[in-house]
Amino acid sequence: MVTTIDRSQLLRLMEFEDAQVVDVLPGREYEEAHLPDAISIPLREFTAESVSILSREKPVVVYCHDGL
Amino acid sequence: MSPRAACRLEQLGFTSVYDYVDGIADWKASGLPTEGTTDQKQRVANATRPDIPTCPPDEPIDEVRTRLSAAGWEVCVVVDCDGVVIGRLHQIAMETDGELTAEQVMEPGPTTVRPDGLLQPLVDRMDHRDTPDVLVTTPQGTLIGVLFRDEAKRLLAGESPQQIWRDCDGCPGRWAATT
Repeated sequence: MVTTIDRSQLLRLMEFEDAQVVDVLPGREYEEAHLPDAISIPLREFTAESVSILSREKPVVVYCHDGL
Repeated sequence: MSPRAACRLEQLGFTSVYDYVDGIADWKASGLPTEGTTDQKQRVANATRPDIPTCPPDEPIDEVRTRLSAAGWEVCVVVDCDGVVIGRLHQIAMETDGELTAEQVMEPGPTTVRPDGLLQPLVDRMDHRDTPDVLVTTPQGTLIGVLFRDEAKRLLAGESPQQIWRDCDGCPGRWAATT
């Protein structure tokens, strides 16, 4: 089950658990602004192949603009 | 969008999946740095220093005065228990009866700005109104820090953050994940 987190929890995951942060917005929006070190995998391109760049050993945090 | 992405990741076998539901809108609004093409311009957050002293509304002015003097500041932000700005103490308020509380002499509801706004237009407005400083808060009113017009102008002129805020841990250019 997916866990929803707030900003402070995200910062802890980034700092202490080497979380992989994934921006799921369209590529153009990612290019304009994204979280530091975030990886771009637009939702429309979510496939087994596109997410294979992510480690399964580390937490994965996804975000978009505001959850909608 | 992100809930669907998180669900898809779980379907693909990932077991440690989190959804930062408030997204980049919340991240920007809190003043944290981003990367990308639109962030070539200076933002308010880039010139906001978090080390301004705060006090609770019921703190006696005598005690506030002592703390500020030791810290080398002349202003103090009055915040509630959640860090939300409710007022501001100016130097002149500090010269009143020391037994009065911060709430009794503060300027209530001071002007605040958001950290993700563009810096140059803000500095232009501050120049126009001859405002030397302004408080920076989240959209919910939680204090982030204070922006001094003169420091912002130095940043816009190309001076490095490390030079402008060299004595301030946690100031712009010395960002750490502490929020």
